[in-house]
Amino acid sequence: MMILKMKKEDLPVFLDSIREWGELWGPTKREGKCTYTKVDSLSQMDLKATRTIIPPKKFLYPPRFTMFDYDEEGYVERVGDVPKRILFGIHPCDIHGILIMDKLFLESYKDPYYAERREKTLLLGHSCVPDDKCMCFATNTDFVAEGFDLFFSDLKMFYLVWVGSTKGHDLIRMRPELFNRDLGRNDIINYTEYRKWKNTQYKVSVDLTGMPDIFELGYSSPVWDQLAEKCLSCGQCSMVCPTCNCYNVVDEVELGSVEGTRDRCWDSCMFREYSVVAGGQNFRDKRADRLRLWYTHKLQAFIGEFGKPACVGCGRCVETCPVEINVVTVSTAIKEQEVGK
Amino acid sequence: MKKLCVVLEDREVQENPFQPDMWRIVRKYPLTSDVNFFQARPVDVDEALKFSYRPGQFVMLSIVGEGEAPFSISSSPSRPGLLEFCIRRVGTLTETLFTLKENETLGIRGPYGNGFPMEKMEEKDVMIVAGGLGVAPLRSILLYMLDNRDKFGNVTYLHGARTPGEMLFREEFMQLKEREDLKCLLTVDKDDTGKWKEKIGVVTTLFKDLGPVDAKNTYAVVCGPPVMYKFVMEHVVKLGIPKHQILMTLERRMKCGVGKCGHCAIEYLYTCIDGPVFSWWDVLHMKELIGRGASDKAIA
Repeated sequence: MMILKMKKEDLPVFLDSIREWGELWGPTKREGKCTYTKVDSLSQMDLKATRTIIPPKKFLYPPRFTMFDYDEEGYVERVGDVPKRILFGIHPCDIHGILIMDKLFLESYKDPYYAERREKTLLLGHSCVPDDKCMCFATNTDFVAEGFDLFFSDLKMFYLVWVGSTKGHDLIRMRPELFNRDLGRNDIINYTEYRKWKNTQYKVSVDLTGMPDIFELGYSSPVWDQLAEKCLSCGQCSMVCPTCNCYNVVDEVELGSVEGTRDRCWDSCMFREYSVVAGGQNFRDKRADRLRLWYTHKLQAFIGEFGKPACVGCGRCVETCPVEINVVTVSTAIKEQEVGK
Repeated sequence: MKKLCVVLEDREVQENPFQPDMWRIVRKYPLTSDVNFFQARPVDVDEALKFSYRPGQFVMLSIVGEGEAPFSISSSPSRPGLLEFCIRRVGTLTETLFTLKENETLGIRGPYGNGFPMEKMEEKDVMIVAGGLGVAPLRSILLYMLDNRDKFGNVTYLHGARTPGEMLFREEFMQLKEREDLKCLLTVDKDDTGKWKEKIGVVTTLFKDLGPVDAKNTYAVVCGPPVMYKFVMEHVVKLGIPKHQILMTLERRMKCGVGKCGHCAIEYLYTCIDGPVFSWWDVLHMKELIGRGASDKAIA
């Protein structure tokens, strides 16, 4: 991979220059919460912000969009109305989340809707400082080596800029004079020092090793029922999780006609009707069954299939769940066979 | 090894896997008071012979303005050109489907799922156990084996229904009883007509009439309502048929058919791409298999 160096003061100029490629989006603070917003310049962004409420999956896989327009004649694919976007300030955990989405949507039966948005969205990553909910150290997603177009590692005076794709390189070539290749001994030392320092910043204590066999062993544990007592089945965990990909498909019909749209919208396996088949049979009627599916899918089944958990340690479930059911509390409860307060 | 009469090729993957093609209903008639038989062919007739599939696969069927749901294919790929379905009116989508008439259109995409491992089953004895609407996917494999009869050993077909009137494809199976290359055993839970000449009792009562079974050389294929599995599996395992040679096909909610939407997950398996055909060994420990607790008591 190509790695370049850039003075920090040159970042605003660079971001301004690349806006001709597409809309510039970045993390901003709104009413104390962090969210991605369309911006004009770096000054509108808040790079100190940690996680956004909703992960950047929403740009590649919107909460609701139209797949087909239909009438009596049949179904016509709706494509091509996707804007070109540059997302700046994406953290390593969220890039790992997108890599997982790539596996789900681009391999075997490639999803053309995801593929089109992925193609038209540039990911410009940015290094981050863990807060009291980050746990990417436990999921091995604290650094990232692929999946982005550019990645900016903040080393105080300058950025190390990792060029991850040909499109990323095209952006560099818009302002080549801002970058140089003079990387030396000090840069390597500074970077490894930064990694060491980042590793000391975590405040959460969690160990996810061994979850596949521990979950298997605890499959019938009453702990699931105890957790389910608290769970509200609100599905917020799915909305904010960077790797939750489940969706529902609904046909909307124009009143008084047979024309309409077939729409795809986010869904959650926490919802009661998620597994109901025609006739009313529900394979996961109990909340404990649905809760167990969510967590065993992330921390057990996914490891079996892809060799890593479908948790990127972003801490959004920790921040969002109103009753403190999250990766930390659930994995701990299963291991200790006790639900914490 | 010689090839099967019909080449079972995987279909070319479309650019947009969610795009339904339009098919025309060419025949439709009731099998029982709430189950209809549908026969359909592509609106573009040139496509008709290109649609290849395996017994046990399913399609996603769309009704304009109503939605989309998975349905088993009841016809056999050895009789190409038309797809047949055996569908119960049980929800809003099937309610609308039942109002469609011949020559009206619906959307179809697929086929999806693994289907039955026909190549592995060649030369083996095959025992099919169908309960109620479970006949929908099993009629496909039965017709397929009858059309390729030389490739298989003894074929036994066990079918249970609630009453003679509710036995799907009753006339068809009565005719199959005449065949000498097939053992076809039919039963009903109760006979309300007084004219039923076959067995009376649940489907497992037919096991008494099986005769000698070469268990290690036999595949069992089972599909029926959740309540049936527990009892049928007990009998099948007792016969000594290896658990990986006992196959079942499962029903789940599906919104995509291609492993994306998540709805059909059973623990680490997706029914749409890992199934819908599973071996008993694959799934016997799963609590969510056929409704909570149903498999708990089944023999381990």
